[in-house]
Amino acid sequence: MISMSHFLILGAILFCISVAGIFLNRKNVIIILMAVELMLLAVNMNFVAFSHFLGDIAGQVFVFFILTVAAAEAAIGLAILVVLFRNRRSINVDDINSLNG
Amino acid sequence: MEQTIFYIFSTVLVLSAGAVITVRNPVFAALFLVLAFFTSAAIWILLEAEFLALTLVLVYVGAVMVLFLFVVMMLDINLTVLREGFARYLPVGLLVAIIMVAQLAYIVGPARFGLDKFPAPEPHGADYSNTREIGLVLYTEYLFAFELAAVILVVAIVAAIALTLRKRVKTNFMKPEEQVLVKSKDRVRLVKMAAEKRDDQQAPND
Repeated sequence: MISMSHFLILGAILFCISVAGIFLNRKNVIIILMAVELMLLAVNMNFVAFSHFLGDIAGQVFVFFILTVAAAEAAIGLAILVVLFRNRRSINVDDINSLNG
Repeated sequence: MEQTIFYIFSTVLVLSAGAVITVRNPVFAALFLVLAFFTSAAIWILLEAEFLALTLVLVYVGAVMVLFLFVVMMLDINLTVLREGFARYLPVGLLVAIIMVAQLAYIVGPARFGLDKFPAPEPHGADYSNTREIGLVLYTEYLFAFELAAVILVVAIVAAIALTLRKRVKTNFMKPEEQVLVKSKDRVRLVKMAAEKRDDQQAPND
């Protein structure tokens, strides 16, 4: 049988992969946004696993809201990215330093 | 049987998540992210969360990832600059990730969340509807949060459009408010002056 720790460890591995992705792709904003989406997926995996094993449907409702907010975040993030590319002709994180005094 | 399915899908999920952060081309990264979402939807079905699994496929694979692909393909990106520092940060990144996995696996391992602590619930019958169960609490207990989510989506739509809206510089628009306000003296200026003789017509008469 699959225990809850299987799903929790899977979520932990996913989360750490996306943290490493932010470390490794420090220059590419698109990959960083994708890593954030992966992190949210890992958290959702934990929510669904707890909801299943504790028999509480509230966890799944919470995942529903997280999906909503993540979709909104992706849309606005990509819109900001498009505006940034239009102004700077680059999506390199190092080029975003206008506020650096 | 269930265990085999879980291990196959989680292997695919971890491998595709690793590919998302390591492949060179962002288009491939987006496609691997699609694979990751698809596989985790399958794992959620294993957890009897059918509604959320289908929502994940529809919303993420259908909408968000298409948006990602669209933006990735629209932007003309110089890949060599963006890959700088990948090899330099690889050892540290891997070390941090492995330490974090070890710590988290120790915390959530079988000693604390094993089957003896959290026994697997009885599988639901064929007449069980996950969508109905979610709907029953979503529209009663979480109604306010549901409406807030709708407001968030509307704000996101408006914000995304407002951010990317571009004012066209070279197009001539009429400005009705200025047209209505204009007076006749703004357009024509009457000047009083004496009549003048033309010099070039005088020359042949002489």
